[in-house]
Amino acid sequence: MTTIDAPGARVQRARGKRRSHLLTASDKATLGVMAGVPTLIQFVFIWAPMVLSILLSFARWNGLRLSDIKSAGWTNYQFIVKDYPPFWPAVVHNIIWLLFLACVATPLGLLLAVLLDQKIRGSRIYQSIFFVPVMLSLPLIGIIWQLMYTRNEGFINNIAGTANTAAAVDWFGNSSVNLWAALIAATWRHAGYIMVLYLAGLKGVDPSLREAAAVDGASASQTFFRVVFPAMKPINIVVVVITVIEALRAFDIVYIINRGTNGLELIGALVVQNLVGEGQVIGIGSALAVMLLIVSLIPITIYLSRVFGKED
Amino acid sequence: MTTQIIQPKRKPASTASSKKIGRPHYGTHLFLLVMAVMWLIPLLWSLYTALRPFADTNKYGYFSIAGHYSLDNFFTAWNQAGMGKYLVNSAIITIPTVLLTLFFASLMAFAVSRFSWRFNVTLLIMFTAGNLLPPQVLAAPLYAMYKFTPLPLSVSDSGNLLNTYYSVILTNTAFQIGFCTFVLSNYMKALPKELSEAALVDGASVWRQYANIIMPLCRPALAAMGTLEVIFIYNDFFWPLLFIQSGDRLPVTTGIKNLQGDFLSNYNLIAAGATITIIPTLVVYLLLQRHFVAGLTLGATKG
Repeated sequence: MTTIDAPGARVQRARGKRRSHLLTASDKATLGVMAGVPTLIQFVFIWAPMVLSILLSFARWNGLRLSDIKSAGWTNYQFIVKDYPPFWPAVVHNIIWLLFLACVATPLGLLLAVLLDQKIRGSRIYQSIFFVPVMLSLPLIGIIWQLMYTRNEGFINNIAGTANTAAAVDWFGNSSVNLWAALIAATWRHAGYIMVLYLAGLKGVDPSLREAAAVDGASASQTFFRVVFPAMKPINIVVVVITVIEALRAFDIVYIINRGTNGLELIGALVVQNLVGEGQVIGIGSALAVMLLIVSLIPITIYLSRVFGKED
Repeated sequence: MTTQIIQPKRKPASTASSKKIGRPHYGTHLFLLVMAVMWLIPLLWSLYTALRPFADTNKYGYFSIAGHYSLDNFFTAWNQAGMGKYLVNSAIITIPTVLLTLFFASLMAFAVSRFSWRFNVTLLIMFTAGNLLPPQVLAAPLYAMYKFTPLPLSVSDSGNLLNTYYSVILTNTAFQIGFCTFVLSNYMKALPKELSEAALVDGASVWRQYANIIMPLCRPALAAMGTLEVIFIYNDFFWPLLFIQSGDRLPVTTGIKNLQGDFLSNYNLIAAGATITIIPTLVVYLLLQRHFVAGLTLGATKG
């Protein structure tokens, strides 16, 4: 492609080219297999199903025989929006879930990270404690919190003194409070996750930035909000993306509590309700999944353009 | 000159910050202490409940210290609730999935990061995007695909891929390859180019370069990813829920949902079951926490 100019420049520019000249035919075949097999796996199990999901959302199918698939146009979507009772509550709950994670759980994780990033006694022990729930599965977290929340046996009502009285709240069973109870369980894990990410982020901030701010007489909070926090922009974006994606994926905790019904409807759980067990309504489940997909593409695109944008 | 100017200015700054460090953070400590206690209560409450016999908690109430303490609930959960079986199933699913994921991801990462060819960045973007999708998006088509993949009855008693470990292993592997490829390719990109060039000049084949040069250098990244993936796969609830119908084939994370149904209000047994599922995680936590944290932050901070 390039004509020969300065030798240094040529080597730089033609690096890739030169390398491919050195590759033998069998090397090229090896590389083809190395990239080809994983790509084929991704195609068969990820990309193709994603497209098929979109196609199935325009179909009516009970999942029994392939020949039963009937075109349905937009009727699945119309049904969901107009006549499917749990849909709008689920949308509202997903939004609440996102806002709660974004306004409570994520800032709490950031706060923990900032406090523990100081040279404070016992910092490592605190970190280890806040970190434990990050390693636990979400269904297990649902069960652990169920033990906290049960009406007469749970820790919360016993410590509040309402257990075995009429005032005892069934935290996971009462549809006016169970979403918030589930969100506290989710925060228990999410805050620790965000803390770990920000602890790594804070370590990456150039210490001379803080010193310069201190020299200029900035207060601790000014230093943090005007200097340190903006310097962590890459990790901030990751945290925003993770928070949004976690809110969209939210499913396990509510599914273990009551399969995502009675005040705990979430889109992710509705998809599963329509796909698992008898009475499959695959068209409806797929249409819900496609809605989830479309919303998910927003944070995914932001993340990818951030991460790969500067590469070429 | 400049250092002379900076030096005296720096001094007060550093003493100021050391003063700040030296200052007792009573408020901070109090806040952290309260949070840490709140963080630990759910775990300790589960453990405490699990250690007490059902009869005692019935008699004295759950919020009491009277009565006996024993490991009986753990034995009952292990034998009757099938926790032992579930844990074996988890191992059957987790071990091959993690090995396959790391193998395929390292191949792909090697091919896209050490060689430049058309579409390599595009492919990497598509790999990464795949892992960010909510798994629900893939559920219906994968279920149908597995249902209509015939298998001999000697391999699968359902005659297809449903209700087999294979279905969960395949799906998890495919779903996790994207993430691991992304992280490993970042790691491999940071290795000096000269390594590959020297190897090629010496006539080493691409495979030898991968197996003998790049992979050994990637050990820290592979350890981090391996630890992270063990926890990810062990904690996976969704795919077994979707694909496996037989209760005795469920891995532990999905199997614990049966505890609630089987032992309706015997919270002591449920707590014992929950505590048992924590044990493998705890082992990883105590032995490999550093790798786990490294994996989490590698995935998030690179790029």
